[in-house]
Amino acid sequence: MSGGAQLENANPVIFQRSVERLLTASEEDEDVHDPIDDREIFDLIRSINDPEHPLSLEELNVVEEIRVKVNDAESTVSIEFTPTIPHCSMATLIGLSIKVKLLRSLPDRFKIDVRITPGTHASEDAVNKQLADKERVAAALENSSLLEVVNQCLSTRNS
Amino acid sequence: MLRSVFQDVHVQSLMLAERACVYNMLINLMKTREAELKGLGPDFVFGFVQSMDGERDPRNLLLAFHIAKNILLQGYDLGTFTEELFEVTSCYYPIDFTPPPNDVNGITKEELILALRAVLTGTPKFSQFLLPLLIEKLDSDVQTAKLDALQTLAACVSQYEDQDLREFLEGLWMSLRREVFQTSSEKIESAALAALTALTSCLSRSVLSTDSEDILSTFLDLILRDCKHHLCEPDLKLVWPSAKLLQASCSASNRASYIITAAVMPSLIEQFHSRTQCSHRRTLLEVVHQFIRSVRTSQSVDIDESVFSEYRAALCSMVFSALSESNFSLQITATSVLSSLAQQTGLLLDSDIQLAVDHLTRLLLTEEDERVSSAVVQCAGAVAEQHPEAFITKMIPRLKEELFSDSTEASELQPGHAVHQRCLAALAAVSIQPSVVQESTPVLLQVLSSAHSGSSRFSVDEVVLACRSLQRIAEQVQDTEEAGQCFHDVIIPRLLSLALQAALQNEGPSGPGSPLTEEQILSAMVPVISTACSRLQPTMAGQTASRVVSLFLEGDVTFLPDNSFPSDLQLLKQQGALWSRSQLVCLLMACVCSLPRNVEVPQVEQLLSQLEELSCSCTHMLSYTSASKCFAGLINKTPLGDSLDSSVQRTMHRVCRELDCPSSPCRTQAFTLMVWLAKALLLRYHPLFSALTDKLFSLLDDPDLGLMAADSFSLLMSDTVDVLNHSCHADIRLMYRQRFFSVNSAKLVQGFSAAPQETKPNYLKALSNIVTQLPKQVQVSELPALLSLLLEALTCPDQGVQLSTLSFLEPVLLNPSAVFIQQLEALVSRLLVLVCSPAMKIRIASIRCIHALSQFPVHEVLPFRARVLRALAPPLDDRKRLVRREAVQARGEWFLLGSPVGR
Repeated sequence: MSGGAQLENANPVIFQRSVERLLTASEEDEDVHDPIDDREIFDLIRSINDPEHPLSLEELNVVEEIRVKVNDAESTVSIEFTPTIPHCSMATLIGLSIKVKLLRSLPDRFKIDVRITPGTHASEDAVNKQLADKERVAAALENSSLLEVVNQCLSTRNS
Repeated sequence: MLRSVFQDVHVQSLMLAERACVYNMLINLMKTREAELKGLGPDFVFGFVQSMDGERDPRNLLLAFHIAKNILLQGYDLGTFTEELFEVTSCYYPIDFTPPPNDVNGITKEELILALRAVLTGTPKFSQFLLPLLIEKLDSDVQTAKLDALQTLAACVSQYEDQDLREFLEGLWMSLRREVFQTSSEKIESAALAALTALTSCLSRSVLSTDSEDILSTFLDLILRDCKHHLCEPDLKLVWPSAKLLQASCSASNRASYIITAAVMPSLIEQFHSRTQCSHRRTLLEVVHQFIRSVRTSQSVDIDESVFSEYRAALCSMVFSALSESNFSLQITATSVLSSLAQQTGLLLDSDIQLAVDHLTRLLLTEEDERVSSAVVQCAGAVAEQHPEAFITKMIPRLKEELFSDSTEASELQPGHAVHQRCLAALAAVSIQPSVVQESTPVLLQVLSSAHSGSSRFSVDEVVLACRSLQRIAEQVQDTEEAGQCFHDVIIPRLLSLALQAALQNEGPSGPGSPLTEEQILSAMVPVISTACSRLQPTMAGQTASRVVSLFLEGDVTFLPDNSFPSDLQLLKQQGALWSRSQLVCLLMACVCSLPRNVEVPQVEQLLSQLEELSCSCTHMLSYTSASKCFAGLINKTPLGDSLDSSVQRTMHRVCRELDCPSSPCRTQAFTLMVWLAKALLLRYHPLFSALTDKLFSLLDDPDLGLMAADSFSLLMSDTVDVLNHSCHADIRLMYRQRFFSVNSAKLVQGFSAAPQETKPNYLKALSNIVTQLPKQVQVSELPALLSLLLEALTCPDQGVQLSTLSFLEPVLLNPSAVFIQQLEALVSRLLVLVCSPAMKIRIASIRCIHALSQFPVHEVLPFRARVLRALAPPLDDRKRLVRREAVQARGEWFLLGSPVGR
């Protein structure tokens, strides 16, 4: 990212990272069953790297805890994310990264729904449609260079 | 002669070894014939340039760089060949060298980099050539080249004058700014900041002359122009890099910090007061805090007035207004700013401190948020170190009032409890200066005595906390006579007296009365006494020890306050089933076992025999364990000689007699004494130790004591808190663990194969107890011998063995060794079985090990990828969140395996 390469949004607004989830006594108790909750899902996706900046999606406010909904009993997750600018060309990539992260981190029983927060992106419908289409997601992940970029966002090493 | 070498020998056409010969010849000549060589003038330099031109072997390059460095440092006349010498060396920059895998010369890239850097930065005369080169490398895309360029820059400017830099300043600044604003790695960012600091401090050295412009302020103007406006946008990304750049230049010199603070402080302060959002204000405050800290590093001793004196009032009002907010992160930041301000000597006025103490006290008493109150306690400690008076007059009386007030909310236990906790913690934190200790410790002692008299509402936990606070004070107070008196003449006698009163009261007809007989509280008193005896004023400690010994042996109570004890105390004899007196032996242990080694314990012989008796006969666990520990602590420090040998042998004899008689009621006690004695001897390498180890190994097969024997190995190998550690001045030899292991590992393996099936787990447990405590290098080097046994341990049904083996494996797996790779199949399949263990901790530990495996060489673990990913799917749906978290991380890493970003 050095040299003259210009970023689409060079000086974005930064948000504070939320604190680590506090450990409760019941979580350490063997006999209690902890359900999967909104915060747990949020913790999965908040540390994903932004494709452009050395920042996490949480710090750019692309994902927020209130836009994460999970129903453990019915095995559904739905997430809305907000691109930093309405013309962000990375929106699909970000959505794909979130989707892949959840596919890798949640049990098979979950149905995962990732979409753009309504009214925050110019080509909202097109992106949502791409992300909802199972076959297109699968096809995208067959593309090795695209998979590489997604892995870059999901890797924990350079953060 | 040289001339003929230079003229007749065409160096680069020679073989490698002969070239090295020429270089060595030059080095020797330079050592012995410096004057003659200098007489040759620039010709020598030219000859050298010609002979090294085109050199390619790293070994010879190291020599050539060495010569070039000497030419520069010893002041040879370069004449017109400055540029040639620069050219011939700089063409190697930046060094890109990877030693061949079978390298025998041991030349590393770092060595070459450093040698070349020494040449390039050797003289200011190179500046006009070097700086453009560095700017060019900074603009490259290669990360290592950037890093090297930044480090070279920081190194070279320390030699340069401002004239050397003048024309390159703008270019350098552009590059540095870009590296920090669009940084891709922390290493490069910090190198860039360090280079900026070096650059600014070089400019600050320039002498101001009336006719020329001030080059420092020109440069700082440049920085301010680019950075200052970003500070006005506290929610945008660039605020942090800008602040860092400014701080880096600010920390370079006093003059720089004046210029920069004058430019940024007013606007920061003004913005803080005009902004309304807490997060903005917090960011601003944080930036201010970093400025204060960066200035602190630059300030020299001889300047009394702080850079910030001008802004004192404004800064204080900022901090106080932030402290009065209800936002916790704002409050926490404010406390750290306050601590930094207090450390600027002579900055804060008394009135500021008074106000600050008021704020801190208020927060302590009212703030419920744990993070805030711990920050407040920490800040109080930092401020009290510099300004003790205000704490003595204001905070301590107020806290005391709070602790002992009979306010109405006393009935609501919960909030009262938390307030008490914070008061006790704060009392400990502020007591660093002896004058404060004089005031704070009486309050803590009063907590103990009122708990004893039963009139107050202090719970056991609070009394324990009061003891902890006393311990903390003993650890941190400056070791002065005043502090020593306070502990040795007041606190220790008072603690002993209270404990004794409680014990006697407990035996009396009114039955169990005082909470001070509780084991929890006694164990909390132990570290107070031992810290004081080990750390404060050795002569006084010796006096305390002799008083305490005569109290325990002869019942001499004259030094205790509230002296109304019966004459016949007999503290070291168990009184039938009553244990409240005999358990006080732990306080004896605290005192006599922690003395510095040059302080002698009186009446050791008698003490040892009574302790042996007590530890072998008493039935109360705390009493006999403490007696054993005390015995061990004394033995460890007894000087070598016949008397030591005979008392050890006598005790061993007695212990073995008890242990060999299966019906003896005192086997556990004898065993405890034996283990502690063994530890005392092991630490000091005493030859009698081996007899005890053999006994211990034989006990692994004992049906009753086998498990205890296995556990005792962890006691032998680990550090103990209350006795036989470094702070108690125990005699501990280096590497006693390795020694123990190397002497005994073979016995253990033999014992395992010979043991009957039902006691095999004891051996595995003993083994894992030993290996987990070994230093890492030893663990790795011993792995080949042990791995098969450890793999066996993973299949052992005992969950304790599984867990300790896993927790041993996890750190070792982080740097993979060849042994694991040979056994990878066995390792993976055993770990994957444990992922479904019924115990949560085992599931977590095994998943962590699998996570560690993902860092192994890719081609070794890639074949397992699909299998591991499949096996890690069920834990994603585990009922425990902690397990799911580990599984998510491990599975994520295994997914990345084989992709370039993975590794």
